[in-house]
Amino acid sequence: MITVHHYLVLGAILFSLGTFGVLTRKNAIVIFMCIELMLNAVNLTFISLSHYLGNMDGQIFVLFIMAVAAAEAAVGLALMIAFFRNRESISVDDFNLLKW
Amino acid sequence: METYMLETFYFYLLALVAVVSGYLVVTCKSPINNAVALMMTFVCLANFYVMLQAPFMAAIQIMVYAGAILMLIIFVIMLLNMDSLKGQKVSHSASWAAGLAALVFIQVYFVLNRSEPTGLTGGITNQVVATVGHTQLIAKSLFTDFLLPFEIASILLLVAIVGAVVLAKKNV
Repeated sequence: MITVHHYLVLGAILFSLGTFGVLTRKNAIVIFMCIELMLNAVNLTFISLSHYLGNMDGQIFVLFIMAVAAAEAAVGLALMIAFFRNRESISVDDFNLLKW
Repeated sequence: METYMLETFYFYLLALVAVVSGYLVVTCKSPINNAVALMMTFVCLANFYVMLQAPFMAAIQIMVYAGAILMLIIFVIMLLNMDSLKGQKVSHSASWAAGLAALVFIQVYFVLNRSEPTGLTGGITNQVVATVGHTQLIAKSLFTDFLLPFEIASILLLVAIVGAVVLAKKNV
């Protein structure tokens, strides 16, 4: 019998994998993909709790998370293209304009 | 009993594929392989949503994540010249990051696995989802209780479109 904890632990594993990727990788697009992985882990947690509590609100939240993720993808990738055009690189080591 | 066993087996199979492809997202050298592994994770999560009686969310997951966001990522990977990143795949702080990620996992594991979800259960049972329909339930909730956030989300998407066009112009 699959309980809610199975889904929650799977969400925790995927979330920490995404955390590891965000902290270690240097390619900005890979970091972006790891953030998407973390968002998906949270979505899985929302939907499993929504199912086991018999409440629709969690799935509505997931819908909004997806809308925000789509907006984030459009703006973030446009930023990366603009940055690559100026610096000829996509490594986060070169993202140092605001460093002092 | 038989169906429970089959469900459990299917869950563990899918969970294995999801975790392995999540690991590949983090570790693969080439960004395009990361993108394909990420697509695998999205499809596994869509399967989980079907198992959790949320077929509309599964369809949206495939359409929005695997269809739109991942295609955008792959377009950008192919537009940019990734050869400039050869030889510097991982930062020096891999062990610290692994420790931090393990800490996050332990915290989330204890919070989620040792806690019990509240005994308050709402009216949305499997029976209701099967008779009324999942999409109708979502729509009813979205257009009554969550109407204002829905409108705000549309404004957010408009701003994102304008922002993306402005950022991708020639002289930024």
